[in-house]
Amino acid sequence: MFRNQYDTDVTTWSPAGRLFQVEYAMEAVKQGSAAIGLRSRTHIVLGCVNKANSELSSHQKKIFKVDDHIGVAIAGLTADGRVLSRYMRNECINYSFTYESPLPVGRLVVQLADKAQVCTQRSWKRPYGVGLLVAGLDESGAHLYYNCPSGNYFEYQAFSIGSRSQAAKTYLERRFENFTDACGMIWSRMLLWQ
Amino acid sequence: MQFMASKQPENSLLGPESDSQRTLYPYVTGTSVVALKYKDGILMAADMGGSYGSTLRYKSVERMKPIGKHSLLGASGEISDFQEILHYLDELILYDNMWDDGNSLGPKEVHNYLTRVMYNRRNKFNPLWNSLVLGGVKNGQKYLGTVSMIGVNFEDNHVATGFGNHLARPILRQEWHENLSFEDGVRLLEKCMRVLLYRDRSAINKLQIAKITEEGSTISQPYSLKTYWEFSAFANPAQGAVGS
Repeated sequence: MFRNQYDTDVTTWSPAGRLFQVEYAMEAVKQGSAAIGLRSRTHIVLGCVNKANSELSSHQKKIFKVDDHIGVAIAGLTADGRVLSRYMRNECINYSFTYESPLPVGRLVVQLADKAQVCTQRSWKRPYGVGLLVAGLDESGAHLYYNCPSGNYFEYQAFSIGSRSQAAKTYLERRFENFTDACGMIWSRMLLWQ
Repeated sequence: MQFMASKQPENSLLGPESDSQRTLYPYVTGTSVVALKYKDGILMAADMGGSYGSTLRYKSVERMKPIGKHSLLGASGEISDFQEILHYLDELILYDNMWDDGNSLGPKEVHNYLTRVMYNRRNKFNPLWNSLVLGGVKNGQKYLGTVSMIGVNFEDNHVATGFGNHLARPILRQEWHENLSFEDGVRLLEKCMRVLLYRDRSAINKLQIAKITEEGSTISQPYSLKTYWEFSAFANPAQGAVGS
């Protein structure tokens, strides 16, 4: 992508109908270290490459438990990811307190997406620079969602985000039909040897 | 200076002005609600009376209403507060339906929501003057709970409000058992309601029985219980009384 005159703030459209700041935010996700998720009928597995800044430092934490039934893996600006994880944990715990029942994943994901959308329509804000793979169980089974900085979300059988994720995607596309009945797929780790 | 009315914050507990902003006593009230779990779901009974103090003022008050697809709410206490609660629940169910995502609030969720509402109002010294019974079935699971105006809440196989706690619960403790048939459940509820009719001055002989199962809820048409007043003890009640 080349620098141009329509990318200064998020509230400027380009003549081609694009919001460059949002697209640049998605670029940040693509540059982050990989995160992968895949699901069966009863389980979802999340895995990620935890980079360390140097040999001396610890590895970054990129998988978060949001509630007993929801977890999230992130790629991109991990600081933004932590903030969104905190928001998700808050929503879950408030729902549990009021209704004594777990928050359905599908609803959490929509709330998250709406929160991201706000940042694409306020001139004093910037989009969150993180992609989230949200994994959760509810009454209708196991679900895996991908939340974008753009405010879009999609449900997936299997997906990967971050750098060199295309190799994982291709691998998953070939095999995802077999996942439905599998009970715990640790071999997803193999995909990370890219 | 005389034109400036004394400005107290709305939530102040001091003085007559702020009293008009919160509930102090109930005005039009309903009496007991009794409910039990049976084989297919929940059965609930309540009469249709709305008393204005000791006057039996209104005789067609529906004190049980369906909530969403899975629940039934019965209320005793201030009728206008019950209507307010129905309004809150209407909105709750509406937003739940608007998600349109296959998830729906079951009886446990509604009961807990109501508990939060009742307890929070109690903490502000502005209670909703009701005792509520919430029953329902979702995914084969039967649920029956109760919340009071001070936020006391619990679940059980049979619950009652007001006088029902003193007159109906003992009967239910003796005679309730798991997997009652519909007919046995109704018979048991009618036994409780008959005792309440004889002994509770705010009870009237016009009641409804509501049932909720996995398929949905139905509330019966109003009907009356047969009563017997020919017991010899009632024949001349003042017979042995001092001074008569």
